[in-house]
Amino acid sequence: MPVRDDQDSLKKTPLHGLHVSLGGKMVPFAGYDMPVQYPAGVLKEHLQTRSAAGLFDVSHMGQLALRPKSGKVEDAARALERLVPQDIVAIAPGRQRYAQFTNEDGGILDDLMVANFGDHLFLVVNAACKDEDEAHLRANLSDDCVIEQLSDRALIALQGPKAESALAKLCAEAPSMTFMDAGPHKVAGLACFVSRSGYTGEDGFEISVPAADAERLAKALLENPNVMPIGLGARDSLRLEAGLCLYGHDIDTATTPVEAALEWSVQKSRRSGGARAGGFPGAEKILAHFDHGASRRRVGLLAQGRAPVREGALLFADAAAGEPIGKVTSGGFGPSLNAPVAMGYVPTALSALDTKIFAEVRGQRLPLTIAAMPFVKNTYKR
Amino acid sequence: MTTTLYTSDHEWLAIDGDVATVGITDYAQSQLGDVVFVELPKIGRTLKKAEAAAVVESVKAASDVYAPVTGEVLETNAELASEPALVNSDAQGKAWFFKIKIADKSELGGLMDEAAYKAHTA
Repeated sequence: MPVRDDQDSLKKTPLHGLHVSLGGKMVPFAGYDMPVQYPAGVLKEHLQTRSAAGLFDVSHMGQLALRPKSGKVEDAARALERLVPQDIVAIAPGRQRYAQFTNEDGGILDDLMVANFGDHLFLVVNAACKDEDEAHLRANLSDDCVIEQLSDRALIALQGPKAESALAKLCAEAPSMTFMDAGPHKVAGLACFVSRSGYTGEDGFEISVPAADAERLAKALLENPNVMPIGLGARDSLRLEAGLCLYGHDIDTATTPVEAALEWSVQKSRRSGGARAGGFPGAEKILAHFDHGASRRRVGLLAQGRAPVREGALLFADAAAGEPIGKVTSGGFGPSLNAPVAMGYVPTALSALDTKIFAEVRGQRLPLTIAAMPFVKNTYKR
Repeated sequence: MTTTLYTSDHEWLAIDGDVATVGITDYAQSQLGDVVFVELPKIGRTLKKAEAAAVVESVKAASDVYAPVTGEVLETNAELASEPALVNSDAQGKAWFFKIKIADKSELGGLMDEAAYKAHTA
């Protein structure tokens, strides 16, 4: 059994005490002591989120404000476009968009959400990257923006088909929001930032709340019998079924957005021939991938048997081939599919749907089929 | 008359003559969480003590189950293939993994009785 090491050096989120009181099994994650599951267990927590609602503590993630020195939010948007291949200028007030910080090689430094709050931009970044992201923003955007890490805020995700009705009791505007709406709202009288988004493939919300009020808000949401606390274990199986990338696994500094099958997240205005084509780190390589294709691609993988195919498993073109063609980057068991699910990189020539390949698991070649993602239909409120 | 012994890796063995029925302990299943897949050894395979004999997978992770003694696999529990969750509901009963013919009874000497195992997991 793994030993819990260095408890004292781990950071705690404002909801740490609540997790412990709810029986959360605490594990180190991105420098934080986080609940991997509660007594219900990963399977039940996963299915609860798909059938009713789940509450996730994602306070370990970074929250940043990007305030334009000119006072005009489009100047902050233009500045941020120097670091991401997305059209940030086109994000309307009250809306948010998925983006990636890229490096000079066209790789991905982090993936993030960017919201336009009218007078500034609000960013949510990965826990493990947040300090580097802040330094990267400061190094590149300080002439135009004041960058502030909002470390005094917690972040709570409420996900699932009953998320809307649960949040509506505390925030009357919640039901009128649609997918990727984002802005300041009062929730239970508290000054929150609410977005209709998440990381499960379900309809739901992410709520940024002042740290001092986080436990009160979480408890108010958990009073609803449709809402259960969900740990990082189910968060991972939910996002995997939804086909969503996990930074550091499915995407990293060596994968471009095109290789990662994230073309949908790069708007035409930033591609070749667009109004503001290029102008982000690694543009030459990323635009070449758009224009001429990349040699490999992230794909969904379904197994025929019951054995999960996990991260790191090598992929082969046939049952006897000597040289691997790629690797699984995320894999496990999908409780809603009741079957193993995985994603990984394969040569583009072998990336067509229904292509048969093999994964090596404990010395055996298991047949896999390239499958469309998401594996489970998403239920976003468009 | 069967005797139940335990390994420090959280396997149990119910010993009846020179045959041991092997599974994982209730403590082990509680640590693993929801079991979704079990891979069992082939019948007839000769296992060496401490060799990886079976694999038990939860939603999150795969864990090896080691052969607690050297011997030939006589029988495996086919029910686990269709119902891996049995490992969670009845780890030390219906969810046995395999039966092994004990090659050298002296290997049993290093195993724990129930009281010692309880102390080990306390």
